[in-house]
Amino acid sequence: MTLALALEQLLNGLQLGVMLFLMAAGLTLIFGVMGLINLAHGSLYMVGAFACAAVAAATGSFWIGLVASLIAAAAAGALVELLVIRRLYDRDHLDQVLATFALILIFSEGTRWLFGSFPLYLDIPPILGGAVMLPGGLQYPVYRLAIIAAGALVAFGLYVLISRTRLGMRIRAGESDREMIGALGVDIRTLYTVVFALGAALAGLAGAMVGALQSVQVGMGEPVLILAFVVIVIGGIGSIKGALFGALLVGVTDTMGRFLLPQLLALFVPPAQAGMIGGAAASMLIYIVMALILAVKPRGLFPAAHA
Amino acid sequence: MISRENLINLILAALLLAVPLAAYASGEQFYITLATRIAILALAATGLNLALGLGGLVSFGHAAFFGIGGYAAGILATHGFSGDPLLLGLSGTNQMPVIWLVAVLAASFVGLVIGAISLRTSGVYFIMITLAFAQMVYYFAISWPAYGGEDGLSILVRNQFAGINTMRPLNFFLICYVTLLVALGLFSLIRGSRFGSALQAARQNEVRVATVGIAPFRIRLTAFAISAGITGLAGALFADLNRFVSPSMLSWHMSGELIVLIILGGVGRLFGPVAGAMLYVIFEYALGGVTERWQFFLGLILLGVVLFARGGLLGLLAGRAKHG
Amino acid sequence: MNKSLAAATLALSLGVSGLAMAEPLKIGMITTLSGGGAGLGIDTRDGFMLAIKNSGNKEIEVVTEDDAQKPELAVQIADKMIQSDEVDILTGIVWSNLLMAVAPSAVAQGKLYVSTNAAPAALAGEKCNPLYFNAAYQNDNLHEAMGEYANKGYKKMFIMAPNYPAGKDSLTGFKRYYKGEVAAEVYTQVGQTDYAAEIAQMRASGADGIFIFLPGGMGIAFMKQFAQSGVDIPVMGPGFSFSQDVLPAIGDAALGVKASGQWAPDFDNPASKKFLTDFQKEYNRLPSIYAVQAYDAAQLILSAAGKADVKDTDAFRAELLKADIQSPRGNFKFNTNQHPIQDIYVTEVVKDGDVLTNKTVEKIFTDHGDAYAKDCKM
Repeated sequence: MTLALALEQLLNGLQLGVMLFLMAAGLTLIFGVMGLINLAHGSLYMVGAFACAAVAAATGSFWIGLVASLIAAAAAGALVELLVIRRLYDRDHLDQVLATFALILIFSEGTRWLFGSFPLYLDIPPILGGAVMLPGGLQYPVYRLAIIAAGALVAFGLYVLISRTRLGMRIRAGESDREMIGALGVDIRTLYTVVFALGAALAGLAGAMVGALQSVQVGMGEPVLILAFVVIVIGGIGSIKGALFGALLVGVTDTMGRFLLPQLLALFVPPAQAGMIGGAAASMLIYIVMALILAVKPRGLFPAAHA
Repeated sequence: MISRENLINLILAALLLAVPLAAYASGEQFYITLATRIAILALAATGLNLALGLGGLVSFGHAAFFGIGGYAAGILATHGFSGDPLLLGLSGTNQMPVIWLVAVLAASFVGLVIGAISLRTSGVYFIMITLAFAQMVYYFAISWPAYGGEDGLSILVRNQFAGINTMRPLNFFLICYVTLLVALGLFSLIRGSRFGSALQAARQNEVRVATVGIAPFRIRLTAFAISAGITGLAGALFADLNRFVSPSMLSWHMSGELIVLIILGGVGRLFGPVAGAMLYVIFEYALGGVTERWQFFLGLILLGVVLFARGGLLGLLAGRAKHG
Repeated sequence: MNKSLAAATLALSLGVSGLAMAEPLKIGMITTLSGGGAGLGIDTRDGFMLAIKNSGNKEIEVVTEDDAQKPELAVQIADKMIQSDEVDILTGIVWSNLLMAVAPSAVAQGKLYVSTNAAPAALAGEKCNPLYFNAAYQNDNLHEAMGEYANKGYKKMFIMAPNYPAGKDSLTGFKRYYKGEVAAEVYTQVGQTDYAAEIAQMRASGADGIFIFLPGGMGIAFMKQFAQSGVDIPVMGPGFSFSQDVLPAIGDAALGVKASGQWAPDFDNPASKKFLTDFQKEYNRLPSIYAVQAYDAAQLILSAAGKADVKDTDAFRAELLKADIQSPRGNFKFNTNQHPIQDIYVTEVVKDGDVLTNKTVEKIFTDHGDAYAKDCKM
């Protein structure tokens, strides 16, 4: 094992973390402001990927597809918020879980109805194709670097939005005291729709960007959704900073575990077995890390003010 | 004087018994299988109802206990069949009572461990951490090669119960039905006991319970472990029904389905899981026969129930529940 | 002796009188029509129904139901089909884990099962059953073929599969024939979507070839990411990782990949050409390997139904075993364990106009059976 390989794996972990952050940011934002647990967040991720793939196929441009994914996911989010979600804010988490579970079924089968059962084609834009040489003789795909950059940009954008803008002020007010902002004359119903659509757009953006690297198919959002849950639980639900930290922790832990555990075991048992047992252990690693963190800090690393 | 809810409960219990008997008389074996499925899912959901309905503990990970019960049955039966010792020289078995005991103990034990960590959290954290633990067990089952991994484990001959031919669908249904009634009786006893009152009080006002000297954590943990045990028992029966167990019993969709059953029927109500399981299996069966888009319509129906029919079927039929 | 002679005479007389004598036959098809794996089930159903439609046999009824890729649901549907619909034959399951849930208990209840795809080792060896037929292959076959192919010019292979039984069978099958050095044997998580860590290991391993078994979305994700990684090592895998259901989604990243298969759209035999034309006319798309397998399963059932009554299980089995069909695959017969003996080819992904498809490169195995038949005592 060389240093370059270890560095490359670290970079891979970072990039996985950034992808998770895009998912987790919307999830945690929606929970922070509205106190809503949204299982259908993975479906919005899928909507983004399908919109990007369909529009990119029709226009021949990934970038138009990317814009379309933002619009489609935000629109789907706003629509769902208006029709369903806003009836759930004053319900308990149980009702929210069930209603958004039902939404998953509707979104998944609905998407299949519209787009058919076969995975769609979505390729990365040519300008971001191929690999570049990094300092130290490391070859790394340009697109993955672009994802890291996009994630950093989104994190920065969210920071500015929340700490420097009028909308951000209202979001912060909503996080700390829901009755209060109503009294301040803010139209709280509109604010909630906007926040939900914003969270949805982030999921859609993640879906489109990741869709170009993976397979655009029905059900693609579910594995990511569960990882995103792990991320926000570790980070502290409702905290954007926690989501960023949790996402990077999960991304790096998962990647390094997959890489190192089988090699570590290979010192003791034959390679084929080490691969299997190491693989099994690696797939459980992030959950073990989560359990350890929650055993020490039950409300995550960066507990939000309420919740 | 019998209350309206009890009357409805009696009707549901009678209905669940009458359908397979009628099916047996008319030779429609399949409806017996369907009724058995309902009884087993109702049993699993009764376990969850103890934690969720009485204790307010929204566990999104009960599939873990369901699957552990199923694997207990599958693994014991496999060793019983092959004669290979299981561990420490103990052999497998095909006797249902032994299998049930092991399933309940194994699921309760894992319930204690998961509960001990998860119950330190509450609310939405609890939902997500139980989900994550169940995922952990799920991935373990998929990748652990000894008992079939993702391919699952077949039980070649249904396990035995003294003096009864369990391969006959009606007999196996009756075993599951009686088990369900016993579990419902246990639920009712717990609900009426001091322990049950404390559990419900802890859901409504944690601080007050703590001030009268009861530790909510220990009460919840006990309830969670009992709940896990009942769901584990259902898992063992489910494995025998299908003569097969696989990691999909552990998947998060299963956890979601168990919650769905309770909400469809009515949260915290004695017969809520029974009513919910009846509705769910009938929906699944009827819609599945009509269209391959059945999951879409199932989603719409569930959404309709949450938004417009709070309290589930029993809420509609018997009015609001007495407790909070 | 007497019995088989009688069966043969009966078959002969029925064969002469042809379709007019066909007995009613009810087939239960359980396959995946919803969820992420639905593409495979839809191709299975369509291939199967194409053969039924072409036969013009009105005495055959097919009941189709969706298993949503859930073993419990598949069991429930099988129970319903056996107990309530009273089907004679079950077929259609795509996935090994669902098949293991359904087939053993179906044959225990005296029903025939003809598999259109899944072929776990367990049912080919010790636990083989006279009522269980497989019209596709044995799970290991395509991996074995790639192992044999890799012997030609690859000294050090990096091999990778998901961490579940089919994945382990895959790498075992590959190693059964591959004689070179294995650089690394990596098991990934089932349903994994990001392969950056594994690709980095490939680059560092010094391997001169990569064998992957990553069905469905996993393969799509891997191929796209691999194409962007700048790693320049040839990739090969079993045919279903690069079949017509996933190729359009992988795109040009799949070009040049070598795969193994029992059939490719460019096969130059009349049965294959007819199948290809009919399928495209009926469904307006290229068929995948699953469609061919299901088409042959239906042809096998049809051929037996024309000569024997399904209620006479022994006679019907005997007719099935003769495999008297014109398969698009070419040579096709049954082994002692009722799994195929067939030729296996290596194909390459090429672009035919705008469409990605598989082109035959060479035949790698002639009349290939499987490693488990010797353990099967019937």
